[in-house]
Amino acid sequence: MKRRKVLFLFSFLVVTAFFFSMAAAIHPFGEPYISDMGRFLLEEAQLEADANNIVTAVVFDYRGFDTLGEATVLFTAVLAIAALFRRLAE
Amino acid sequence: MEALVAGDLVKNLPFLACSILVLLGLYTVTFKRNLIKIVIGINVLEAGVNLFLITLAYRSGSTAPIFTLAPKGEEMSLPAPHALTLTSIVIGLAVTALMLSLAIFIFRHYGTLDAEKVNRLRG
Amino acid sequence: MKSMSVIVRTITRLVYGFLLVFGLYVIAHGHLTPGGGFQGGAIVASGLALSLVAFGLSNLKGRVREGFLSAMESLGAISFISLALVGLGSTFFYNTLAGRGGLVFGERVLKGPNPGDMNTAGLIAPMNWAVGIKVLAGLGTVVYLMVLVGSLRDENEEETTGEGE
Repeated sequence: MKRRKVLFLFSFLVVTAFFFSMAAAIHPFGEPYISDMGRFLLEEAQLEADANNIVTAVVFDYRGFDTLGEATVLFTAVLAIAALFRRLAE
Repeated sequence: MEALVAGDLVKNLPFLACSILVLLGLYTVTFKRNLIKIVIGINVLEAGVNLFLITLAYRSGSTAPIFTLAPKGEEMSLPAPHALTLTSIVIGLAVTALMLSLAIFIFRHYGTLDAEKVNRLRG
Repeated sequence: MKSMSVIVRTITRLVYGFLLVFGLYVIAHGHLTPGGGFQGGAIVASGLALSLVAFGLSNLKGRVREGFLSAMESLGAISFISLALVGLGSTFFYNTLAGRGGLVFGERVLKGPNPGDMNTAGLIAPMNWAVGIKVLAGLGTVVYLMVLVGSLRDENEEETTGEGE
């Protein structure tokens, strides 16, 4: 029991050192790498989707499948909670 | 070499904050025994990951990527990670609600909330 | 579940209407200002949770019907999928109503910063409403069920201690 806790603590310290060294080695804050998709979304998406809000256009128009999957996850979670509480209330 | 790493860490302070949040969440999930504390740890972990996603999208001196009454002559931050973060927040909410309901159910059945005592099948 | 003190009840009566109107405003202007379906639905559901906590379940027994909330959530999900199927001539999620100059969300948008026009953005605006209604009903159902089970347990404990004495 004691040996397992010491082993877990040591591996947690190794993970901490890994995280801190990766946070230092990532690109400097404020200068991201702008890919072709980022440039296209900032220049052309307003005229093509006819929306002023580019984030909403990306969520509902260019990436609508992700929104469909998220709506399904929310629906399933509410369904599971209702099924559990119906059994508790008896 | 340590001075180099320390200097870069202070310049990348938002990324350091994200990693501290993730590490706190991992510590709580691994080392605590109360079920409610484990749920809180998972919530802190989700918050850290969402913060990391929107930190990746920032350009220096930029404003929100919305064209309604936008100030002229300023550049805008990238809009794609904001959309992914929206989805991630909603999924985190659904998972937390389900975990808390299961914790209520387990407490009704076993009478205790200790994570090391609720591993026996009791009829 | 018992209701809270007089101060909390008075403030809740003042704030509840503002919360509902603000949440519906955020849903309706999702294609112009920051916000959208998910955020507005969460605001309205928090208004419902506030009224349930401040007034107690016994005072709101006849007003919140679970069947109505469940029907609204299913309606939101079905209308989201049928709106996605409207543009099936080209692809699954195609934005057919955008930029055709019609009455239903069809105007074109000028390039660059501009004060927003509500008549734009094709199929994105009805999708905002569908998702907003779905999130509203789903979160309201979860909060209502948890309060209901909590109040049932309080009633059971009062009955058993009454029998013991």
